[in-house]
Amino acid sequence: MSMTITEKILAAHAGKDTVSPGELINVRLDLVLGNDITAPVAIREFNKTGAGKVFDKSKVVLVPDHFTPNKDIESAEQAKILREFAYEQELENYFEVGRMGVEHALLPEQGLVLPGDVVIGADSHTCTYGALGAFATGVGSTDMAAGMATGEAWFKVPESIKFVFKGELDKWISGKDLILYTIGRIGVDGALYRAMELTGEVIEGLSMDSRFSMANMAIEAGAKNGIIAPDDTTLEYVRPRAKRDFQVFESDEDAQYAQVFEFNGADIELQVAFPHLPSNTKGISEVGDVRIDQVVIGSCTNGRLEDLRTAAQILKGKKADPRIRLIIIPATQRIYRAAMSEGLFDVFLDAGAAISTPTCGPCLGGHMGILAAGERAVATTNRNFVGRMGHPKSEVYLAGPAVAAASAVLGKIAGPEEL
Amino acid sequence: MIFQGKAHKYGRDVDTDVIIPARYLSTSDPNELAKHCLEDLDADFLDKVQKGDIIVAEENFGCGSSREHAPIAIKAAGISCVIAKSFARIFYRNAINIGLPILESSEAVDGIKAGDEIKVDTEKGEISNLSTGKMFKAVPFPQFIEKIIEKEGLINYVKEKVGK
Repeated sequence: MSMTITEKILAAHAGKDTVSPGELINVRLDLVLGNDITAPVAIREFNKTGAGKVFDKSKVVLVPDHFTPNKDIESAEQAKILREFAYEQELENYFEVGRMGVEHALLPEQGLVLPGDVVIGADSHTCTYGALGAFATGVGSTDMAAGMATGEAWFKVPESIKFVFKGELDKWISGKDLILYTIGRIGVDGALYRAMELTGEVIEGLSMDSRFSMANMAIEAGAKNGIIAPDDTTLEYVRPRAKRDFQVFESDEDAQYAQVFEFNGADIELQVAFPHLPSNTKGISEVGDVRIDQVVIGSCTNGRLEDLRTAAQILKGKKADPRIRLIIIPATQRIYRAAMSEGLFDVFLDAGAAISTPTCGPCLGGHMGILAAGERAVATTNRNFVGRMGHPKSEVYLAGPAVAAASAVLGKIAGPEEL
Repeated sequence: MIFQGKAHKYGRDVDTDVIIPARYLSTSDPNELAKHCLEDLDADFLDKVQKGDIIVAEENFGCGSSREHAPIAIKAAGISCVIAKSFARIFYRNAINIGLPILESSEAVDGIKAGDEIKVDTEKGEISNLSTGKMFKAVPFPQFIEKIIEKEGLINYVKEKVGK
């Protein structure tokens, strides 16, 4: 029976030869992830189960990234719960402030997620790891607790939607623009409960950083997971990082899809998602005159080295508009150091940017760049719901690093061609 | 299980940031979270809501984050169940896992307005609008989901099953 890549990965972890959409299965997990917001609840629930020890101390990953470095006393208490549990359980993958990163940038960098893996994370953007050809999906704290105790999770096998990206991309168009364009076309529930399989020559030509951006936002279309079949680019990324064996799966030629969408690169401009839905997208030519107060470049969506390099290319020799705040957040310590060594920090500092230690911070309205009533931000983040980055009367416009950097210089939403 | 209460009606895409904003996520205490439930969408919700009331909403309820704090806040605010045309998948799973009953029924949502008195029977999958006299069908829960909700969540259910 022919299967999609998602079905194959799930079948392999359920100990079955085949699975089909709609089937309920119990699968073996390769990794269980949580952060400083979601793990405290999970740990409390885990303690109620009476399991005592986690199923495998090399496979439970805790990353304090949302409200860290500790934003206030309550956040410090939550981070403490993670730390103490990590030490008590002798977890091999707990990453302390100063050694951590934004979780969905950190884990691939550390080689913790590999092609063919099944990963659950108590964070909706866990779907990011689909870029490595893994099945990765976001769950709540209770599922994380059950996963820590048993090393298993139940799933309903999702149908898959195939997206084929053809043709060539214009200058500056990145994975972020491609995924915003896609969500704009299908809506925030356009892929509800389904696997978004991203394919085509355009995808094959994308860097890993751009692929991570795309898979990261699968959840914004309501998807169960996003996935890109591994190829040479993936293997080149994974091989130096992997500390264990992995398996590469790909969809059968005649696999069944609920829907197939074909998009042409030539039709895709730089994208901006207007308030208050990630699907409220416009091409950069349709944006009009929108004055802004803040730009954030960072997050699990676009805080990687390629994103910072793009921003630096545009900001080089220029200054941020004096009325705005430009906040740049490299997503991991390694990315932070690389950006510094490459001279990107000089470009950012000369432009008048604030450079932060890795944190999710402003993306979810935590800290490190919150908006007041009436303020607007362009952000390389993933959500722009009401109140997402601060006051309910503030606005967030989602975009890739090229638009974010250009907007910082002009003080209004703009593309690099306008500089 | 049977629930009865007033309907609080909302549109589509009621997201997790609006159900419980991140600025309140430094705590996971249900009673603290309840105090801020839906405050960015409906400032009057907390004044109006009474124990047993029901939220009725259009498509894609609970979209956005995986934060379990969202169904926790709703449940702690006194809501007995949520009826929507469709649910975002992580929210759907989380609601069951913490024992917040949820039902999908497009026709029920279309046939209920804010303030109507609603009665729900999850085992039969029946939603009755006592204010209009109309009744709607939803897919009833399978037995084991009914049990998870009765036990107030997956962990309690598992603990009892395993006898720990």
